Amino acid sequence: MIAEGGLAALWLAAVMAVLQLVLASSAVIGGRAEMARAVRPAAIAQGVLTALAMLCLILVFVQSDMSVLLVAENSHSLKPMIYKIAGAWGNHEGSMLLWVTILGLAGAAVAIFERRLDQRTLNATIGAQALIAMGFYAFLLFASNPFARLFPSPPDGNGLNPLLQDPGLAFHPPTLYVGYVGISVAFSFAVGALVTRDVGPAFARAMRPWVLGAWIFLTIGITAGSYWAYYELGWGGWWFWDPVENASLMPWLAATALLHSVSVLATRDGLRAWTIMLAVVAFSMSMIGTFLVRSGILTSVHAFAVDPKRGAFLLALLAIYIGGALALFAARIGTVRQGNTFAPVSREGALVVNNLLLSVVLGIVLIGTLYPLAAAGWGVQLSVGKPFFDKTVGPVALALVVFMAIGPLLRWRRDETQALLKRMTWPVAASCAALIVLVPFAWGAGVLPLAALVLAAGLAVASVAPLWGRNLRRTPLFTWGMVVAHLGVAVSLAGMASDSAFTKETLAVLRQGETRAVGPYLVTMTGIRPVVGPNWSAIAADLSIRRGENGKPFILSPQSRFFASPPTTTSESAIATRLDGQLYTVLGQADGKGGWQVRLWWKPFVTLIWLGGALIGLGGALSFLGRIRRRNRAVYEEHEEAVA
Amino acid sequence: MRPLPRFLRHAGLVPAPNERQASCVESKGIRLRRVGPRHKAGVTVVLGLILAAINPALAEKASLADTQLSDPAKEAQAKALMETIRCVECQGQAISDSNADIAGNMRSLIRERIKAGESPEQVRAWLIQRYGDYISYDPPLGGATWPLWAAPFVLLTIGIVIARSSFRRKR
Repeated sequence: MIAEGGLAALWLAAVMAVLQLVLASSAVIGGRAEMARAVRPAAIAQGVLTALAMLCLILVFVQSDMSVLLVAENSHSLKPMIYKIAGAWGNHEGSMLLWVTILGLAGAAVAIFERRLDQRTLNATIGAQALIAMGFYAFLLFASNPFARLFPSPPDGNGLNPLLQDPGLAFHPPTLYVGYVGISVAFSFAVGALVTRDVGPAFARAMRPWVLGAWIFLTIGITAGSYWAYYELGWGGWWFWDPVENASLMPWLAATALLHSVSVLATRDGLRAWTIMLAVVAFSMSMIGTFLVRSGILTSVHAFAVDPKRGAFLLALLAIYIGGALALFAARIGTVRQGNTFAPVSREGALVVNNLLLSVVLGIVLIGTLYPLAAAGWGVQLSVGKPFFDKTVGPVALALVVFMAIGPLLRWRRDETQALLKRMTWPVAASCAALIVLVPFAWGAGVLPLAALVLAAGLAVASVAPLWGRNLRRTPLFTWGMVVAHLGVAVSLAGMASDSAFTKETLAVLRQGETRAVGPYLVTMTGIRPVVGPNWSAIAADLSIRRGENGKPFILSPQSRFFASPPTTTSESAIATRLDGQLYTVLGQADGKGGWQVRLWWKPFVTLIWLGGALIGLGGALSFLGRIRRRNRAVYEEHEEAVA
Repeated sequence: MRPLPRFLRHAGLVPAPNERQASCVESKGIRLRRVGPRHKAGVTVVLGLILAAINPALAEKASLADTQLSDPAKEAQAKALMETIRCVECQGQAISDSNADIAGNMRSLIRERIKAGESPEQVRAWLIQRYGDYISYDPPLGGATWPLWAAPFVLLTIGIVIARSSFRRKR
């Protein structure tokens, strides 16, 4: 009954979306104001109904109701509870339902919280939101029904891919989806503004929290996903330029560019057309991302089901939405002026360069990701991966870092080159110092890591420079946000470069009592023992580790885990985190002669990668709070004035 | 999964289809142990022993999959090359990051050739000749790939033109 309830809720939500679109368009286009009053309630009802459907799905997973096809295919009664709940979205249908649920809730949130935007633009926005949702309801109901029954029902289910049986599953997909969906809300705002020809600071201020929110979640989602891959895959890599990773990176790049151009629009009423264009691009990227991951065109741990019908359906949705968005953009953009002007040497000028470089990076990643698919279309098999992206994205990204250091030190509208050079003294000095210190160590590591480390030092100093000479307690929260986020980029960059330049690797076959060195550590195999978990059994190696001959020993126990359902072996790495890096150990196979294969890495300062990612997210959050606080104060003051 | 290109099946190192079925689910590094009939394993072992007897180099080959070369410079070269060679069995992974047997074989092959004094680019060329462009994550510049390599420069040029024109107009 729960499954049927869920399906009914989903159908009702779809009906609400249609109703929402009809009401909104008759209010905006037909000019029937009385219709507008029902737009918000419809959006809220849609949100509630999707949440109800998702709740029903989680419930059937928790109950292990094997008469539901999706549960039988993807769950198992012996799975720990957290993976039963998270397993609800660890499959194709469930993850699409989660997508739609977040979309519905975001629509409801717009309807409830957005108070400052012009009423017509808001109605158009909610209408656009309904239009996006309708496509995905159709996809769910006609091509990916999560509540389909199975008869006769099997005694137990197939289980969940063990790689996904990790706390990461509970957070990684919802976080990224909130990001994707947040971008779609930003896009709906852009559509709303285009429909009512109302592109200006008020619209930018209404859109900004959504862009910022989406960007925070994308940042956290990508950072967490990267760390998850790092410890789960067991080879010490943290970014693979895998198409699925690129699918999350592209919306992030577009959202980063949008975030910066929207502040030009909100603060200076400039870059109007460009901001709208970026909103369209960001939305297109999140659609392409969803398509790449969900259509089954790529085979990876993310692609759960391979069904050509679904791929075609998603491709059609993609074409309709992106095509429609571009058509609306082309039709209306002629009426949007670019807005206020500025000198090349100015905060706006640096932000324009930032936007262009981000767009170039985005373009390269997009082409590099889709090129093999296109080439396969004309019969050529080729691969595009790390070497291509290192050579192309690397230099552009470093140029971006330079402008990132400069931008916050510039004034709005117009600035003097001399004054800028003076302000850049300390960052440049930091870079020079880093160069002198690092050359003896990192000379053999290649130009790119060395350049990255040197620029990271300069960027770190430049990012905190806007705080110099300021009363820190009176500095607005969003300025703090910018400082922290830019500092986070410097920290993350330093981690990436350090990992690439200084990592030490030791591959060895160890028998009991044997010792090998990796970096500053000595690793001794002290024993091999079996371990039993809730739904797996494992072999664990006990490695006794000392830092140098006289170091205090500690134990790391990497495991090789065997899951019975589905039958799979995974390697569980064991990692020791120190202030100056991580020691990463993996247990491989037995050599049959009493020895065990172990892989050992010493990765100096590798943790900075994710620490930096967390700082970027934190910076975003500070900015978000700062903006919300200022907006609430403005609303309060307006209210006061009205009363007076 | 997307069927593997035919030339890979001909290349010999790709396992038979039934074997691949199991191991290809392991994209992103898990190893699937086959739970089907085991009788084939015996045959393989016997075959392997015979092969090893005929060619002692083969035993050495298997052992270099996860054994570093004694010369650190050569090991670094081999490692850097492995990071750019695609595992033909698992989607989207370099052989340096894969648990698949075939990735191990290829790592071993690469270490062997580097050890014998070949340059990384020679080894890459040999691998491309044998498996096609698909094997290299560093697509060679050629008829089918020049638009790819030109794209960054084209994008950058367009960017600079847009930036310059917007500044000029604004001044």
